[in-house]
Amino acid sequence: MQDFFSQFFSPDVALTLSYLLKIILIVVPVMISVAYLTYFERRVIGFMQSRIGPNRVGYFGLLQPIADALKLMFKEIVLPSKSNNFLFFLAPLLSIAPALAAWAVIPFDYEMALADINAGLLYVLAMTSIAVYGVIIAGWASNSKYAFLGSLRSAAQIVSYEIAMGFTLVGVLMCANSLNLGDIVIAQEGGISQWYCWPLFPLFVIYFISAVAETNRAPFDVAEGESEIVAGFHVEYSGMAFALFFLAEYANMILVSILAVIMFLGGWLSPVSFIPDGIFWLIIKVAFVLFCFLWLRATFPRYRYDQIMRLGWKVFIPLTLVWIIFVGAMMQTSYAGYFH
Amino acid sequence: MRKLISNISKSLSLYELLKGMKLTLSYFFAKKVTIQYPEQKTPQSPRFRGLHALRRYPNGEERCIACKLCEAVCPAMAITIESELREDNSRRTTRYDIDLTKCIFCGFCEESCPVDSIVETRIFEYHGEERGDLLYTKDMLLDVGKKYEKQIAKDRQQEAKYR
Amino acid sequence: MIFTDYLFYLFSSILVLASLRVITANNPVYSALSLVLAFFSAAGIWLLLHAEFLAIALVLVYVGAVMVLFLFVVMMLDINIEALRQRFWSYFPVALLIALLFIFEIYLVVTDKFFSSSDPAGIPLEKSNTHSIGSVLYTDYLLPFQVAAVILLVAIISAIVLTMYGKKSHKAIDPKDQIKVNRNDRVRVVKMKSEKKK
Repeated sequence: MQDFFSQFFSPDVALTLSYLLKIILIVVPVMISVAYLTYFERRVIGFMQSRIGPNRVGYFGLLQPIADALKLMFKEIVLPSKSNNFLFFLAPLLSIAPALAAWAVIPFDYEMALADINAGLLYVLAMTSIAVYGVIIAGWASNSKYAFLGSLRSAAQIVSYEIAMGFTLVGVLMCANSLNLGDIVIAQEGGISQWYCWPLFPLFVIYFISAVAETNRAPFDVAEGESEIVAGFHVEYSGMAFALFFLAEYANMILVSILAVIMFLGGWLSPVSFIPDGIFWLIIKVAFVLFCFLWLRATFPRYRYDQIMRLGWKVFIPLTLVWIIFVGAMMQTSYAGYFH
Repeated sequence: MRKLISNISKSLSLYELLKGMKLTLSYFFAKKVTIQYPEQKTPQSPRFRGLHALRRYPNGEERCIACKLCEAVCPAMAITIESELREDNSRRTTRYDIDLTKCIFCGFCEESCPVDSIVETRIFEYHGEERGDLLYTKDMLLDVGKKYEKQIAKDRQQEAKYR
Repeated sequence: MIFTDYLFYLFSSILVLASLRVITANNPVYSALSLVLAFFSAAGIWLLLHAEFLAIALVLVYVGAVMVLFLFVVMMLDINIEALRQRFWSYFPVALLIALLFIFEIYLVVTDKFFSSSDPAGIPLEKSNTHSIGSVLYTDYLLPFQVAAVILLVAIISAIVLTMYGKKSHKAIDPKDQIKVNRNDRVRVVKMKSEKKK
């Protein structure tokens, strides 16, 4: 790609242009999948509730996300009185920016990542952890007690579950001997039996549940909690500002799903040897993980706040610690081969 | 002790959560019960309480005798009636307004009517584009009655033995 | 000047301005957010020095966790700025003393051999950044590292002890007891014959 541009421009400009094009090649599919994830969600939850979900706009309702996006774009953005204007508009940007920035290090296939950096996993963790600022600032700047309560809940929840999530990733690092996401996938080569979801099964389950909590999805969506605090942190937002929060939430969902696939389900690797590896495996696996997200939302009622905290601190953190120590000990025995 | 072990193993294996997820998955494949409204409609009862109508006798004489029982019984005070003596000395309404923005469709007017004049029909797909459009006057109500007399008469006939 | 130099001046000017804002902002929430910005630009400068592990760890730990908790507390404060201003001059001499002390220290460092030391970014690493930090931490600095870890553990345990109450002071039901309950503890199904009419 860089070669193509260097025919017309100087090397520096060509490099910049090729990176910009790569960024667009990642962001546009992500945005489209975010739009269709909302459609998918409404259909799946509808089906699980014996309904059929949106099916009017376009064939099978496939144009519904576009209609929703248009509606949100043309809506007025209402500014609450006595709110902090600057921070009020900064908050949606702060929540969408890290959700998109984290995609920079995600590998989609062999040698197919925007930035193949060594500390890729840490980078993703850092990006998901700063996503909470959008929520906190939105809650504070709105000058509304519901929004404020929502942001407090969200802050405490995300900080707590990040620890459990970080610990599950430590298990993966120990197995893969690398912080590079591409190397983690390549370490799982050799069919479905080599995937890390088997030796690290408890960590996989805990990662998945923490990911649900980290993205503020049901049943851990107390930050929105319609029944108690109206819509939580984004209660005062409308129009495009609200849409940005919405996009960020779904982009984060896809991000944590793709991370789960990369770390535990072998990324783009094929489960069986007679079908070649490829990006389509990644897409299939991510779609399955996302389906599980929606499945959870359709099944479980919202957790009570103290139960969320108890689950994070008193169940997940001790369990992950025990399993990490177990894995570490097993690696020193003759069974080490099962953990690499 | 045994109870403790079974409790711990149950919560660690997520047994009950998986059971719940199995149930929702079975509904994922179950038959959907949605009625797709403009094309499909739910069956209506003959007692359905929709838009109001004023009826006439088969000879064309309007039924309403301006007894004002409906006006009195209306809990939402949606009905306004004014009456005068006609030339043949029979009492008839000069004004019969129902404000459908006030009406709660309780059906009391229909039940209180001694001559089956004010009735509620099966029509529910009507609308007004301005607030005033939903103030139905006597002429409009009589028109509704004229248009749907067959259906109204059939429904009354069917329900007659329960009244 | 090459591109990274421009980046360095960009990050460092943001860092200085944000740090100034931390101490001059009236609203403590603005101070905390400026501190976040300062951490970010510091992380950017470290990235320019090829210290990507440290940079990401700074963002992950300080921005992602510590500052969230700071904001959490600061947002709930109800500060009367006028009342704070009245005490300014009484604290001024102490603040001045500390400031002079810092300036003196900076002077000592800068004039000694700071600018003569080699450029750390110029030394190529044999292995990845993370790998070299790990090997240094667990060989040369093993003892200080372990001592720091033990001190942190003590801090964690003491924090837990401080929040543990001997007796339960509230009437909320413990979720631990709640999840133990199963259907048979709460519901008793009784089979009865229908009663005869007298």
